[in-house]
Amino acid sequence: MGWFVAGLLLLGFSGVPGLFAARSGGGAEKLACLLVWAGAACGTLAVWEVLARGVPLVLDLPWAIPGGALALRVDALAAVFLLPLFLVAASGALYGLAYWPQRAHPANGRSFRLFFGLISAGVMLLLSAANSLLFLLAWELMALSGFFLITTEEHKSEAREAGFIYLVATHTGTLALFALFALLELAAGSLLFPGAGSLALKGGQATAIFLLALFGFGLKAGLVPLHIWLPGAHAAAPSHASALLSGVMIKTGIYGLTRLTSFFAEIPPWWGATLLALGILSGILGVALALAQHDLKRLLAYHSVENIGIIALGLGMALLGRSYGVEALVALGLAGALLHVVNHGLFKSLLFLSAGAVIHATGTREIDHYGGLLKVQPWTGALFLGGAVAISGLPPFNGFVSEWLLYLGAFRAAQAEDQGLVAALLVAPALALIGGLALACFVKVFGLAFLGAPRSEAARHAHEAPSMMLAPMGALLFACAWIGLLPQTLVPLLHQAVAHWGAVSGSAHLASPLAPLSWITALAWVLLLALALGVWWLRRRARGAARVETWGCGYALPSARMQYSASSFADFLVRLLRFGLWSERHGGAPRGLFPAPGQFASHTPDLVLDRGLRPAFSGLAWLFRRMRALIQNGLSACYLLYVALTLIVLLLLGGFF
Amino acid sequence: MAHLLLHLLVLLLFAPLLPGVIARTKARFAGRQGPPLLQPYYDLLRLWRKGFVLSRTTTWVFSAGPVVGLVVPLLAALLLPFGALPAPLSFEGDLILFVYLFALARFFTAAAALDTGSSFEGMGAAREVTFSCLAEPTLMFALLVLAKLSGGLSLQALFGTHLPASWGSGAGPALGLILVCLFVVLLVENSRIPFDDPNTHLELTMIHEVMVLDHSGPAFGMILYGAALKLMVLGSLLVRLALPWNSGFWLFDLLIYLGGLLLLAVLIGVVESVMARLRLVRVPQVLIGTSLVSVFALVLVLR
Repeated sequence: MGWFVAGLLLLGFSGVPGLFAARSGGGAEKLACLLVWAGAACGTLAVWEVLARGVPLVLDLPWAIPGGALALRVDALAAVFLLPLFLVAASGALYGLAYWPQRAHPANGRSFRLFFGLISAGVMLLLSAANSLLFLLAWELMALSGFFLITTEEHKSEAREAGFIYLVATHTGTLALFALFALLELAAGSLLFPGAGSLALKGGQATAIFLLALFGFGLKAGLVPLHIWLPGAHAAAPSHASALLSGVMIKTGIYGLTRLTSFFAEIPPWWGATLLALGILSGILGVALALAQHDLKRLLAYHSVENIGIIALGLGMALLGRSYGVEALVALGLAGALLHVVNHGLFKSLLFLSAGAVIHATGTREIDHYGGLLKVQPWTGALFLGGAVAISGLPPFNGFVSEWLLYLGAFRAAQAEDQGLVAALLVAPALALIGGLALACFVKVFGLAFLGAPRSEAARHAHEAPSMMLAPMGALLFACAWIGLLPQTLVPLLHQAVAHWGAVSGSAHLASPLAPLSWITALAWVLLLALALGVWWLRRRARGAARVETWGCGYALPSARMQYSASSFADFLVRLLRFGLWSERHGGAPRGLFPAPGQFASHTPDLVLDRGLRPAFSGLAWLFRRMRALIQNGLSACYLLYVALTLIVLLLLGGFF
Repeated sequence: MAHLLLHLLVLLLFAPLLPGVIARTKARFAGRQGPPLLQPYYDLLRLWRKGFVLSRTTTWVFSAGPVVGLVVPLLAALLLPFGALPAPLSFEGDLILFVYLFALARFFTAAAALDTGSSFEGMGAAREVTFSCLAEPTLMFALLVLAKLSGGLSLQALFGTHLPASWGSGAGPALGLILVCLFVVLLVENSRIPFDDPNTHLELTMIHEVMVLDHSGPAFGMILYGAALKLMVLGSLLVRLALPWNSGFWLFDLLIYLGGLLLLAVLIGVVESVMARLRLVRVPQVLIGTSLVSVFALVLVLR
């Protein structure tokens, strides 16, 4: 446990020395990076200890707060969430040295590092807390640090707005969590977390707990329709903060749901079905909204919604398996969901960091202003391509392995005799559709940003990112490739995590479905080698080939503006999905024999936030303004009337009771 | 090992014959003599010896497209039984790998198309990814039906020896429905009329062909060869489903399988001859229709 606490303290205080250093000095940032690295290393050692020994690390200290106890438990379930945290925090800290150097950002560099360390420590504490009060404390620490990370660039109105929405959303969620833990305390008799499978709850109380958890944790995780804060917040934060927020922080919502459902001895079938439905909704709507975006970081943020949907699919499948007693489904669903948590942490951070490198070099987030970047940023481009292949769930990278587990679960559900499991079978076609749309989206991003001809001067004169930024991205891609090419190495971790979820026999059922992983490994290696060899051979054969202009059907003067744009690439799909997107389209086809210059623009606002909540809340605000004008009208006679009326009402009430 | 080599040999040698048969069928329907059946082989040989012409805009991603397009069907074929000949490699869940390998090929073909910076090829890439993400759920539903009937999770089990009995049992109608759905998916994935026209060289009307406009020489040969392999691999699913007999004697089984493939090629030729291309906006409607038909098939076997 010593290593864990040391890691916690090192991460938490990594930004503090920098506060006493000069605003423009460069030494403190290196120290902070070093402290983050040391903290991550200590934490990794602690996790290693958990996995090697197979028993949770435990720390119990008295705490003066009533009902509170400083109880920490690090088990394999927490380890799954901790490992990506350490990797992402460490690579983000190194990346930040070049991306967000102190001398370029004297105003906010120091506070950024402080909150970067604090949020990492907050997540670490949250994942190990075994006491409701401690959990909530860590939750708030994480939430508030997240707010300050999002509003790092507070001089931009966009960042302030995103921060405000985030603050409202996270505190609404916290409110639900307060109620949730109060109910849990009533049921379990103490603020300490009950053991896995020990809570025999039925009826209204269990329903209330589950719905509160779904709301509170779902808001943090970004499940549709609770994802409102996510796209803006992730787009506004600096890229390495986005990586941490998107890769790690939103997973605490998933952790909360997983941990909470593990307490219950019995799971009603509708819990799993609800989570499945929300997962399908989040997955499809998330990727559809992503497809329609032109802002690189907003697009990546919407993909987090999609991936949270995929994770929810797995969790829902595991819950259904527990309701119906199908152990194989529990094992496959949970293992798939947990592996996807790790995977998404890795490839999403990689994508955010490489997006940061692109934004750093071109100064814009608009995909339509890039083009041809692979020539000027060959390494960034290759790393981004790796991330894109991984997030589309394609072999030979890691996204495929977790989706493979979920598919396997869905096919098992199809073969089971139980009628209630029909819902779990829908995972397969839903995942197929989500995967197809994600592929379309990442072909669009990679193709339009890195391939073709440059669409702007900024893209033509972009520069490759410094090695300080490339190295962390390389490490993340290496981790993605590791999981994709050697998935068996993660099997023990998944086994233990599934066992800790209260399905002890479930882990036994994981052995046979995971056996083919060695086949996948072998084929993935063959694929990788064959591709490398093929491309090498073709490049060699093509050496000295004639280099000409792209064939434009005889048109001799092509220009970069004639390329397909982000809008046009996604247009067909966006129009197909218009019932869920409601995109705005301006301009259109030029008409007539002698058409005037035409203009076309499309914009897709968020369905829930911009179409639902904003109009609703501004309507409410308008209503209250009108009411105030009516009631607070400045006439003392009216005010006296209110006093008299109140008195009469109170007297009447007094008469009744 | 000998089995693996035979599998690959059959695939590599036989595949280019299928486009030849399709072309000959179409020519006969149009009252022409048509090119020789072995024309695709001659084309491949000629392209192999040719040099390259490359666009100035392109990068290494442009060469990745043809390579992936060739390697993926080869690898996918190893997971697939050729008729009654068992698959060389088979494990639980290989059907997902099978589907996702083709998705990988799509990713790189579309990326290679975008690498040229041509608006035509961008258009083709956009259409390709659009239509195939609509075809994917159909394929999954079809595989779910087969998995339910067979009780296994590998392609070998899905297309195993239980198929003749399944046709005879109550599951026959469901199998018939997914046979139709898979045929539609085959036409979409291999860019055939009525969804796409591999022959008109009018870029605006095409999906798949327009993505490869700028490829030349051996790279273009790899694309043609890869397309033929893909046709054979996806066609094998249909042939096995429609002609599920096992004689137990491998040469006879192989002949049934190859004969089935030739029949399929003739069928594709007939469809291409008697139908016009669909308008682009109709394509998604057809694909959503087949998804619904495959859902219906699933309901039939689940009830």
